[in-house]
Amino acid sequence: MDTLTRRKFMLASGVVGASALAAGAGAYGLRDLLDTAGDRDPRSRTLVLVTLYGGNDGLNTVIPYGDPAYRAARPELAYPDDEVLRLDDDFGLNPALAGLHQRWSGGGLAIVRGVGYPKPDRSHFRSMDIWHTAQPDRPGNTGWLGRWLDGAGGDPRLAVSFEPALPPLLAGARSAGAAVPVAERKAAKGLPAETLTAFAAPEAGESAARGRAAACFADLRSVDEMIRQVRDSAETDEADPDGEQAPATATGGARTPLDAQLDLVAQCVEAEVSTRVFSVSLGGFDTHADEKQLQAVLLGQVDRALTGFADRMSRTEAGRKVVVAVYSEFGRRVRANASDGTDHGTASDLLLLGAGVRGGWHGAPPSLTDLDDGDLKYTTDFRDVYATLLERVLDTDPGPVLADWRGRLGGLF
Amino acid sequence: MTDREAVAHLLRRATFGPTADEVDAAERAGPAATLDRLLNPNRADRGAAATPVPALPPDPYAALSKESSREQRQKANTERREQLQLLTSWWLDRMVAAEDGLSEKLLFFWHGHWATSAQKVKSARLMLGQLETLRRHARGPLGPLVAAMVRDPALILWLDGQKNTRKAPNENLARELMELFTLGIGSYTEADVKAGARALTGWVVDRRTGVARFEARRHDPGEKTILGRTGRFDAETYAGLLAAQPAAATFVAGRLWFRYAGSDVPPPAGLAGADTVATLRTLFSSPAFAQTRGTLVKQPVEWVVGALRQLGIRPSKLPEQQRKQLLAGLNALDQVPLRPPSVGGWPAGAAWLTTSSLQARLRTAGMLAAATAPAVLARLTAAPVAGRPDALARLLVVDAWGARTRAALTPLAGEPRKLLAAGLVSPEYTVS
Repeated sequence: MDTLTRRKFMLASGVVGASALAAGAGAYGLRDLLDTAGDRDPRSRTLVLVTLYGGNDGLNTVIPYGDPAYRAARPELAYPDDEVLRLDDDFGLNPALAGLHQRWSGGGLAIVRGVGYPKPDRSHFRSMDIWHTAQPDRPGNTGWLGRWLDGAGGDPRLAVSFEPALPPLLAGARSAGAAVPVAERKAAKGLPAETLTAFAAPEAGESAARGRAAACFADLRSVDEMIRQVRDSAETDEADPDGEQAPATATGGARTPLDAQLDLVAQCVEAEVSTRVFSVSLGGFDTHADEKQLQAVLLGQVDRALTGFADRMSRTEAGRKVVVAVYSEFGRRVRANASDGTDHGTASDLLLLGAGVRGGWHGAPPSLTDLDDGDLKYTTDFRDVYATLLERVLDTDPGPVLADWRGRLGGLF
Repeated sequence: MTDREAVAHLLRRATFGPTADEVDAAERAGPAATLDRLLNPNRADRGAAATPVPALPPDPYAALSKESSREQRQKANTERREQLQLLTSWWLDRMVAAEDGLSEKLLFFWHGHWATSAQKVKSARLMLGQLETLRRHARGPLGPLVAAMVRDPALILWLDGQKNTRKAPNENLARELMELFTLGIGSYTEADVKAGARALTGWVVDRRTGVARFEARRHDPGEKTILGRTGRFDAETYAGLLAAQPAAATFVAGRLWFRYAGSDVPPPAGLAGADTVATLRTLFSSPAFAQTRGTLVKQPVEWVVGALRQLGIRPSKLPEQQRKQLLAGLNALDQVPLRPPSVGGWPAGAAWLTTSSLQARLRTAGMLAAATAPAVLARLTAAPVAGRPDALARLLVVDAWGARTRAALTPLAGEPRKLLAAGLVSPEYTVS
């Protein structure tokens, strides 16, 4: 589909969605809607957060090939020097990351070293909760971008995920981002628009869950209009990998391919929709066994999707205001296990690319020998990265979102 | 709460969704007798007998060898997928047909608890084998269930148990066993995970026969200290140790509460009983359970199976096209039986209430309304037009419509199938 012009988008989304809402939910008002929908500040940037579920092995992503401790800890799993895509004399990228390697050479890839948090938790779910909520001591029930959304007016279109269930990071206390299906072109037919509008009305004394169920009808009208205009969905039929090579135990992540999710993001960005935050994800990184091939396949998907997206974004004004951040809930144990895999670890690298991001190294690499119970000690708190992204990409004071967290990652922008 | 509301609340939660006739019968029997009958049905289940477990041929992969051609492998893959589809369709049909609704829903609970996915296991026979193990131990004490599950081939494959050897243990199964299946986070240490993995070493799965087997040479027979106890733990004694922890009883009872009562109201003290049936009795009898009415978001499978039962639709009797639509609907709603998205199980609560899921619900509701049995539709149309929203509430076992939903439904009273579809997507029906 052709890129939608801004004017068409305003007609399609802002006004139509608004009248439906005005008649309905009170989930947010007409004014909020117009403010955020058609009238996007052309200077505003967009954050695309890429979550890799399962615990991506950081040491086989950004490979410390110059450190003898790397090969000693995982002789079977380690990449030989001549396969590594060199970044400098000590570090190189996984061979599957050729596109990102090229970006690094052009100064377009930032690598933040050893990102983690105190008292690392090796449970996928707890650690992902911690990353989602940015509350390492006691993960609550709001996500960091959900809290940002609360402060930004609560329009669900500001924070969009292309996953069927809402990722916790987009759940706020008073509002929630929108989960938008990828593979559905048709708007729901069958029930008249009046019925859907009527369902959007709140009911006094009703439970929070029923209130939320009603609010979905309001969100549907607005989000649906927005996405219908930009959708160009290739049907994404999920196929399991065939053959004897077993995938990793699933621990979450979208079922739609990452490139298809980023394709939709690209179309939305080019249409200059009101969305400021997109959440996309890829699962399958829980490589307890037969890791090397499995991870290479997944990293290859990441590489193709990210570089394709970044190239496309560099071609438009709106695209050049997009920042992409890639993270996983933890890295993996330095030492390999006997199944040619690795068990759950701690700190890992975080990748950033896009608008104004200063390429190169940021932060200090963790030692491979001074370990915490076999795992890397983190050197950068992930909240430093979040705070910097809130400030520099979303133009927001991180204080209310991150419990007055003071740390920042200097020199990133 | 009236007696009718009380038994309707109980049946909505304890089963996949009662029909109006079932609520009538339960109202006549009264809440206490209804609970007794749910927990101890004491009679043959004709619905289950009418939906026998499908006979599955051996895993097509078992016939392959290193010399097998690409075509043979592709054929085996296709057959595997077909077997899994057959099994999923059968289970859905069983959920609808079974009279012992409590046991069917409890099986689905345990499936979500031990969250094993065919995406990695790939074998329909192994998935069915796990379901049968879960069914066998579903109502009983925790000990035998955990002991059986650590030797379950599907679970072992799902969590890399067959890769876990004395030389260097693989922690995947040991960690999730404690974190997700028995103790819950915070009741064990990282050292317990490492020692637990050593206890579980030695179990392998023979893909050809589909049997889990203990290989002594792969097992680490040394001493291990787990949860403060030292001994030569193996899978069985480790499972026994876990199941005997007070934390395990509390954790599993909490998970039952989470799925049957939700997270708005905390579980009552002393919820954990000697076995699952005892825990469920306490759960359903507690005043706190009554307080949760109208707060629990139905999981998609609960929503679909309940609707199928109430609308008189048997999935196996549907034409091919609609059967596919039904499975596609569950897929779009992101809850397909045998395919949990994560070893942590399916999400809950407001995570199901998204714009995406609403679209999928609208489409599936339209399909369900179109497939509704004529006799059921006739009950709705027998009511005068003005009374149809109330007839719909009775049909869908909704206690009452609020003003908002009544206003949405009333204009559709003259179009019974649209009225049905609207009832299915209403907040009152979606959140029970």
